[in-house]
Amino acid sequence: MQFQLEKRPAPSRTMRIVTPFAAVALTMVLGAIVFTLLGYDGLAAVREIFFTPLTNSYKWQDLAVKATPLVIIAVGLSVSYRANVWNIGAEGQYIVGAIAGTGVGLLTHTMTGPWIFPLMLLAGIAGGAAYAAIPAFLRTQFKVNEILTTLMLTYVSVQLLNYLVFGPWKSPTSMGQPQTVLFSADQSQPYIIPGTIVQVGTPIAIVVALLVWFVMSRSVFGFQVRAVGASPAAARYGGFSANRTVWLALLVSGGLAGLAGILEATGPFGRLVPQFPTNYGFTAIIVAFLGRLHPLGVLIAGTALAITFVGGEVAQTTIQLPFAAVGIFQAMMLFLLLAGDIFVRYRFKRSVPEATRAAA
Amino acid sequence: MTLDLIIPIIITLVGASTPILLAGLGELVAEKSGVLNLGVEGMMLIGAVITVAVVLLTGNHWLAIICAAGASAAAALIFGFLTLSLSANQVATGLALTIFGTGFSALFGQPYTGKAVPLFRSPFPPELAADPVWRVVFGYSPLVYFSLIMVVAVWWFLQRTRAGLILRAVGENDLSAHSIGYSVIGVRYLAVAFGGAMAGIAGSCFPLILTPQWVERLTTGRGWIALALVVFAAWRPFRLLAGAYLFGLVMTLEVYAKAAGGGFRVLPSELWAALPYLATILVLVLISMRRGGSSSAPACLGKPFLPTG
Amino acid sequence: METSLIPRLELVGITKRFPGVLANDNVGFSVKPGEIHALLGENGAGKSTLVKMIYGIMQPDAGEIRWNGQRVVVHNPKAARKLGVGMVFQHFSLFEAMTVLENIALGLDSKVPARDLEAKVREVLKQYGLQLDPHRTVSTLSVGERQRIEIVRALLLNPSLLIMDEPTSVLTPQEVDQLFVVLRQLAREGCSILYISHKLHEIKALCDTATILRGGKVVATCDPKVETSRSMAEKMIGAGLKDVKKAPGRSFGGDKFVVEGLTVPRTEAFGTGLDTISFTVRAGEIFGIAGVAGNGQSELLLALDGEVQVRPDAIRIEGEAAGELSPNARRRLGLCAVPEERNGHAAIGDFTLADNSVLTARNRLGMVTAGLIRSGAAKTYTGKVIADFAVKALGPGATAGSLSGGNLQKFIMGREILQKPSVLVVSQPTWGVDAGAAAAIHQSIVELAQTGTAVVIISQDLDELLALCDTLAVINGGRLSAPMRVGEVSIEEIGLLMGGIHGTAAETHIVPGERDAIPA
Repeated sequence: MQFQLEKRPAPSRTMRIVTPFAAVALTMVLGAIVFTLLGYDGLAAVREIFFTPLTNSYKWQDLAVKATPLVIIAVGLSVSYRANVWNIGAEGQYIVGAIAGTGVGLLTHTMTGPWIFPLMLLAGIAGGAAYAAIPAFLRTQFKVNEILTTLMLTYVSVQLLNYLVFGPWKSPTSMGQPQTVLFSADQSQPYIIPGTIVQVGTPIAIVVALLVWFVMSRSVFGFQVRAVGASPAAARYGGFSANRTVWLALLVSGGLAGLAGILEATGPFGRLVPQFPTNYGFTAIIVAFLGRLHPLGVLIAGTALAITFVGGEVAQTTIQLPFAAVGIFQAMMLFLLLAGDIFVRYRFKRSVPEATRAAA
Repeated sequence: MTLDLIIPIIITLVGASTPILLAGLGELVAEKSGVLNLGVEGMMLIGAVITVAVVLLTGNHWLAIICAAGASAAAALIFGFLTLSLSANQVATGLALTIFGTGFSALFGQPYTGKAVPLFRSPFPPELAADPVWRVVFGYSPLVYFSLIMVVAVWWFLQRTRAGLILRAVGENDLSAHSIGYSVIGVRYLAVAFGGAMAGIAGSCFPLILTPQWVERLTTGRGWIALALVVFAAWRPFRLLAGAYLFGLVMTLEVYAKAAGGGFRVLPSELWAALPYLATILVLVLISMRRGGSSSAPACLGKPFLPTG
Repeated sequence: METSLIPRLELVGITKRFPGVLANDNVGFSVKPGEIHALLGENGAGKSTLVKMIYGIMQPDAGEIRWNGQRVVVHNPKAARKLGVGMVFQHFSLFEAMTVLENIALGLDSKVPARDLEAKVREVLKQYGLQLDPHRTVSTLSVGERQRIEIVRALLLNPSLLIMDEPTSVLTPQEVDQLFVVLRQLAREGCSILYISHKLHEIKALCDTATILRGGKVVATCDPKVETSRSMAEKMIGAGLKDVKKAPGRSFGGDKFVVEGLTVPRTEAFGTGLDTISFTVRAGEIFGIAGVAGNGQSELLLALDGEVQVRPDAIRIEGEAAGELSPNARRRLGLCAVPEERNGHAAIGDFTLADNSVLTARNRLGMVTAGLIRSGAAKTYTGKVIADFAVKALGPGATAGSLSGGNLQKFIMGREILQKPSVLVVSQPTWGVDAGAAAAIHQSIVELAQTGTAVVIISQDLDELLALCDTLAVINGGRLSAPMRVGEVSIEEIGLLMGGIHGTAAETHIVPGERDAIPA
């Protein structure tokens, strides 16, 4: 008796939902084995990384803080990837969004008023979108592949950030430290739950996910994105412009990455520093896939990845596991998810060896 | 005077070009077979960290390079298994491989961080390599000569051998190659493994030629530049060589801008650091403008092989 | 020549199952040395599956293959070639960006030095009177020349059985004649030929024996020379043939769809440009465009349905200049279209049928309000299409990709026809569709025309065009011939036009379109 893969008549919806969970579960099993083989306490590593952040209620607010930028960026990326537009430079758009918002912050530093913070958010969105507009322009005008341009621009944005914080934007009171001035109260994210570190960014992330869910599932815009992504020729036949879709996909994903950037700058960081880029833009790629490019799935996946970040910090102090281990766990999740995708389109079939084969 | 300036520039340029040339050659072969592996950066990092570890443990450069090639080829085979045997999306899987390589190298490299790695120096007698002019010919690491041999070897393989013809056929029309009776998946596995091994050797160049130590993210995006170079070279090995040296020049300017004063100081050093990436974008634009949109990419590049039976 | 008692190839009880389909059910027949044996059947009857097993691309689930009386297992195409089986594929297994010689070298199992190979190729070409330049790149060659590469590739191995899978579906009548000369010569030399086709007149003209497949089973083995085309067709299709009912003496209304001087420059390196195409379709008229594949048909469809924009007055829909309009705007004016490629152009396989309705019918049928999709309206309409066109599907929620080719085509035709277009442009309406579905589609086109719609059919199937159309023109190298009234034109005349205006001799292979295609 042997097993054979057989194509399903239609992709399985159940499998689409089940496989991400299975991938996470299998990551824990494999991770425990791999890290044991590497000479660490594998079981403890899995426990600290995946469970301690959930069982320890002090860590819940950390989860919300980490999940917020991941969800906002990944929701944008899920729109982009649905359209088959491979924006992998969200990290750069996140940085430029933070820079643009900070620019407004520096201009309004001496002013007061409730309008300042929203204006900074808008500037952040605009900055991220404008930075993503470069690959959109190059793709639609010159057919330059957006994978490479978005990524190259990420490296450029890091240099831009360094130039600003080491140079013109360096705070006069920083005593030589490369950093901008601390944002004022009117420029910072308000706290929403007293006594915690949860700020307004978290509800914003949830609203963004719900809003994008509605738009993608109900509107002609969402239909257009899905159609162009699934079949460019059919979408063109249906009257949707591929170029316009590329623009929309990059502007939405860039804008949301920019929003996450300025929220992060006005929240946990409070100012711009050279250490501002923390790879949320790259981790959000995993979040988008693990969330099945679905805004609600992204909410769950964003939380799951936030757990590994928080857990990674826990494991660093409790069992001296290097933080880099988190990256390996995250990559394993994505590998296993992609491997599991085969079950969405195929299923196992039991097959009995036939007389012909046996005789061969 | 001018020689004193030009010779070090050439030496730096060649060194800076070698990793992207090696990685580019590997990716070129993989892409010719129809596989787009975006994991070059990750495989280079794995190669780099393995090199550091083996050199520090054994002191043997050659062994380190072989281990790096093997480790990165193994990583490439993970990618191959997912994309070829399980038909997973090549873009997503390549990204996963880069994320994995980044995490793995960071973890694995921790004990070696900051320790000095002995450079892999010219194999020629020191008298030859020391002479200011002969240095241009004899003053390089064996990896540099290896990369140049590989340019010719890859060209010869693709254009002059039957195996190369089959590899190109698989990348050009996988269904036809399958119906004639070639193993599409088998050919692609080999091409992907070769691409991985070359990326691993490219990774070796960082600690052995450029920065003789391990730090996290040592390769700083050079793997992505190698990917762009393949497009720039229109999948031709000798054009890849030209492209790699052109980029080497840009990266060398960055080094000299940081070191030298005078004219270079007019522009902020961050701009020089951003220059290779900006140049890559510029080159991609120029290429696609000249080709008027039609590309010479292998027809099956990036598409999963799905025989309908 | 056929006195040998042992058949060259014998199949016994061959069975092959695919998910949900029994492609071959206990198939058995034999081919004698030097015999030209037809394998006849509808699309989907299991012919291609069967020959793939003979050539080792697939393995049978049960049954055995005997070669010169010996039982063999053909593991892969290489093993088949070693036995002496050659194959010419329906969809050529060629590599566009490579030369003829490189393509031939890939079909050989051992390395032959380039110079020796060229000499051998030239020898085979001479022996069979074929013309082909070994150094040309495949993408610059005509379909007929591409087929010659496949034939030469097979002949270089001195096969004792040559399998030809639907070899004439893309050839002009003259190219078909030339191919038959080569095949008869091969058979005289003792090579058996397994000739797969569903074209009855060809089989009568060429073959010694015919095995007829239906639904994966052998329904008859007969001598095509004594059978009539009708009797073979009935065995092939099963039920009695249903003819398209067309009202006699139909009259047409005013000009509904006018194309004047439509010119589209070539965009892709090896595509075809359109050169001052003009024609007029009146209300109720069915206008056919015949031609060999790759002569500008795809480009024409894209220009007509709005996926490629042209000069405003090059296309007029009910008098309105529409050349510059998008597909959406043209649909609002009443033009609906069905492209040739079903999955991935006319429909999105991963989308539900309801979403595929939204794709083209959203504006004409009010499925959108304030930027939001009214999914209820889409479902209702899809349900109506499924019911009216007898589409076999689980419902509006089924994905397009889960439907069989014929059912998906019925859905697509229904989706466009029920939008009540004033102009309908259809490309290859029944390509790869089973006979029952084809008849239903033909009937629906005729009925739509009776309501006053102007219909344009682009097709390679001459029989289909002659049965349906009132007027016919031929496209060749991006140019359209003058229109001809069906009934006043001979097949030979159309054949000559399909082969290009110079196509008077069979050897002619340079037509205007090809000369343009040679890169500078």
